[in-house]
Amino acid sequence: MIKVCTEDFDLGLLTNELRQKSPQSGAIVNFIGLVRDINHGQSVSKLFLEHYPAMTEKVLADICSRAKKRFAVDHIDVIHRVGELDLNSQIVYVGVSAMHRGDAFNCCEYVMDHLKSEAPFWKKESQNGQQVWLDANPSDVAAKARWEQ
Amino acid sequence: MITLLFFGRLRELLACERLSLSISNPVDVATLRQMISDKGPQWQKFTTSQHALVAVNQTMAQEHTIIKAGDEVALFPPVTGG
Repeated sequence: MIKVCTEDFDLGLLTNELRQKSPQSGAIVNFIGLVRDINHGQSVSKLFLEHYPAMTEKVLADICSRAKKRFAVDHIDVIHRVGELDLNSQIVYVGVSAMHRGDAFNCCEYVMDHLKSEAPFWKKESQNGQQVWLDANPSDVAAKARWEQ
Repeated sequence: MITLLFFGRLRELLACERLSLSISNPVDVATLRQMISDKGPQWQKFTTSQHALVAVNQTMAQEHTIIKAGDEVALFPPVTGG
């Protein structure tokens, strides 16, 4: 399941759905990304997320397809929110079910590392009353690159 | 005719969300950058490969990727989701 939406999501419900459709899985790993109140030393009061609607789901599907070829996993679910988000809001969810935990952990991290560098989303933060578009983080590029080694 | 879309910071810097451009023959991405850089100093500065990634028909493109009439071309800064 891949979804881009403005609505919030419920981790409990998502985990149950993943568990129900993965009877052969012995492990589920979930990741949730949140809006934090500080970034590079600047106080943040709100986040706006823009995306390229026709392309985002296509890229997310491609990342999940590559992940499934690389790791022995049963299901990968991804939800990414867009629009205006308050502090502490949930931004992104990645849930992976697998027979064993190693593949589930690795696959979840692989999906996030590639999502951060490939999926067409852009963050704009409200910092001390100013609207600031965020720059890509070099550490995200490095996180993705380590999977190619 | 091709449709150009602009996202994120780039959309604001160029004050442009969407643009239609007439092309008589297919062009590559590098040529398209040259064509739109003629629109003004902001365009010249911010549509270079350093500032703007390009996707053709919702797939990431390289400088040599060919664009033909009817294609949707998006220009945007490096992504920052997640």
